[in-house]
Amino acid sequence: MVGQLAQHAMEVHGEAWTIKELFTLPNEEIYWSIQIVMYPFMTGLVAGAFVLSSLYHVFGIEKLKEIARFSLVFSFALLPVAMMPLLLHLQQPFRGINVMMTPHFTSAIAAFGFVFSTYGCIVATELWLVYRKYFVQTALALKAQKNRSSIDGMRLLLFTALTLGAWDISDEAVEKDHKACKIMAGIGIPVACFLHGYAGFIFGSVKANALWMTPLMPVIFICSAVVSGVALCILSYVVVQEIRKFMASRKISRWANDPNAPTVEQLEGAKHVEVMIASNYLMYFMIAALTLEILDLIFRGYTQVKSWDILREVIMERDFFKIFIMQYAIGNVLPFLIMVLPGRTVRRTTIATVLVLFGVFMMRYNVVIGGQAFSLSFSGFMDYSLPIIPHNIETFKEGLFGALTVAATPFVLFYFINKVMPAFLKEEESTH
Amino acid sequence: MERREFLKKCVMVIAGASVPLSALTLIDPKKVLAANPDIQWAFLVDTNKCVGCGFCVKACKTENDIPLEANVTRTWVERYVYTKDDRRYVDSPKGALNGYTEARIDLGKGEFKEIDKENVGKAFFVPKLCNHCSSPACTQVCPVGATYKTDDGVVLVDRKWCIGCGYCIMACPYAARFFHPVLKVADKCTFCYHRLSKGLDSACVNACPFGARKMGNIHDKNDPITQIIMNERVGVLKDEFGTKPQAFYIGLAQEVR
Amino acid sequence: MVIAFVVALLVFRFFYVPNDFGSGKRGFMYSFHRKSNEMEWKNQPAKYGTSGRERMHEYCSACHGAIVKLRSEKLHGVIPCEDCHGPAMNHPENPEKLNIDRRRELCLRCHTDLPYTTSERKRIPGINPKTHNTGIECVKCHNPHNPSLEGMK
Repeated sequence: MVGQLAQHAMEVHGEAWTIKELFTLPNEEIYWSIQIVMYPFMTGLVAGAFVLSSLYHVFGIEKLKEIARFSLVFSFALLPVAMMPLLLHLQQPFRGINVMMTPHFTSAIAAFGFVFSTYGCIVATELWLVYRKYFVQTALALKAQKNRSSIDGMRLLLFTALTLGAWDISDEAVEKDHKACKIMAGIGIPVACFLHGYAGFIFGSVKANALWMTPLMPVIFICSAVVSGVALCILSYVVVQEIRKFMASRKISRWANDPNAPTVEQLEGAKHVEVMIASNYLMYFMIAALTLEILDLIFRGYTQVKSWDILREVIMERDFFKIFIMQYAIGNVLPFLIMVLPGRTVRRTTIATVLVLFGVFMMRYNVVIGGQAFSLSFSGFMDYSLPIIPHNIETFKEGLFGALTVAATPFVLFYFINKVMPAFLKEEESTH
Repeated sequence: MERREFLKKCVMVIAGASVPLSALTLIDPKKVLAANPDIQWAFLVDTNKCVGCGFCVKACKTENDIPLEANVTRTWVERYVYTKDDRRYVDSPKGALNGYTEARIDLGKGEFKEIDKENVGKAFFVPKLCNHCSSPACTQVCPVGATYKTDDGVVLVDRKWCIGCGYCIMACPYAARFFHPVLKVADKCTFCYHRLSKGLDSACVNACPFGARKMGNIHDKNDPITQIIMNERVGVLKDEFGTKPQAFYIGLAQEVR
Repeated sequence: MVIAFVVALLVFRFFYVPNDFGSGKRGFMYSFHRKSNEMEWKNQPAKYGTSGRERMHEYCSACHGAIVKLRSEKLHGVIPCEDCHGPAMNHPENPEKLNIDRRRELCLRCHTDLPYTTSERKRIPGINPKTHNTGIECVKCHNPHNPSLEGMK
């Protein structure tokens, strides 16, 4: 037991989950593991959710209004979660602030701090513009209440603060909000692309890694980010609407008992239209993402540079199941077929979105882990085994439970944000 | 409303940009040059002379406090064995910390390959270390400026500033970098910078009984290793990446990667 | 409110970041760093004391003259004393006694017979560790400081 502890103490970061085969250089381990897979996955969801909401705010696709608002709120819930995998991965997490203090701009990771905060500001501003009318109305209603409970007292403070002193909710003021929101969303699209494009650049610019090095990497990442974000928003939207239908039919919770609450039929109808249109856009981006990935593969197989022998063995043999079956077949082709066949229903689309999310996750996995599956010597391999039962802090942070914590947090955050900025508003409550 | 929002945003952006711009204070290069004589450290490895004893690896780990039991090392020796039936075997058991005390090849995962003595064609040892490149990919990708190339040509890591992201480790084409198992920051060969400044040889150069490792000032035309580099046929590892490594090798075969 | 936040950030940064952060001769891309780190590395104490053949003989023969003389220049004379005996920078103050490693593994580093004709290894006489007097320390028969075969016990 003591011997085991001593061995673990001298364990190099990465040794716990790396199995080396044949000739690998002594210092090589899988240093970038599951949290580095989760990071582009989460930032991709952020960027994708924002693009979906912008389809309504910028391009004015009216039918997407409800899901657009939902996506915007969800995007805000995802934002703090994007930081989590990085903090869990860093060997010195308390020094994480150094990236903002002395950013070395020749490094793609240094862009993280600024792109991230800029994007956060844009989303926060846009949310404020969308919800200002709601904040004002809620604050006014709370003020009018004669006997306030202490919770309502706190809510009054909160909503008053959130109005930021802009109490005017006349039609002209609301119209100005609407215009500003459009500008914000317009600026936000390139920033969202940058947010995820740079994540692709992090990998694509590493010339030492034969699998990662390609100029296509940022573009592939952006397209699959949009795919994942749209898919997640469709999925969450459907699930939340189902929950609301359940609440409406059983008259649970405050809003369902309101005389003007939407009926079960109204909820169902809204859901169908929005999901159909959103899934169209999902399919367009899926085609783009898949085309680029296949193109990259074709180029590699055709040019057959020095790294081709080892890459071929990794892609076609060792990781064949993970790449071609899990990522391409189950995660891309199958959901595409499910959606493109005539008679698309909401239920079919929902199943498809689950598969799409799985496919995008596998894409991140195959890029990050796949890139470390072969040695720089081109003569050896490294197998990754995800730590399931943690035996120390490191195998917890970079193991299954660390990944699940990151995956679950946005939903928890969304629940709380929804109480302040409800994703579903009645017509007259929202700015537009 | 809209204008106020816009102005607010402008101020935010300008204020936010002033944070990174304040990072770009430059040290005057002229002052630096005046202070230091013109040294550029370079390394010379003669693979013909290396016998695979591994004293260099042991000396390096001892000198630089890298735990001997940990499976990382600042320098290592690789063994290449070609058999007469056209196969090539490469291994580096614990980076050759204990030398090569067995003829069988370590294949990893507890497997070994016995090679018949009669079947051995050419075989040699290649010591490797950080190449202290002129255009190092590792310093380019550090997000916080924790790793850098000194003016006299040595690439170092600031242990107090490194955040442990591992980007430099992924960016190095030579696998020279690793996470220090105790300090939890990035680490690598420093050319024994603390010894150079005291006028001592690096630990590995000092330890090699056969003169397979040498270090010198490549800007000094009279330096012995500069003479060798200028007059004999030397090579470098993986020059296709454009990192311009400053560790030169005599006797490399094309399969040494 | 936002301005206050940014000002606070800049003030924090002023105190947090050491003020010798900047770029060296290689420019921002390759040498952006905290300048005082260079001195930190230079000031680290060295462990191995000797350096170069002549200094090794000078330094160790001051007290261990007899043994140093015993070593033949062509054979084990090329091996720095510290390779087998460990770092001796502050010896004899610290450590008082250096390590004497009598294990077979130490000798086998060079003297395992490896059939490599294209390497200097071929010039070193070797044995098969599995068959040559297994279980006995090499130094029981061979003098590590004067390893000529005539002088064997």
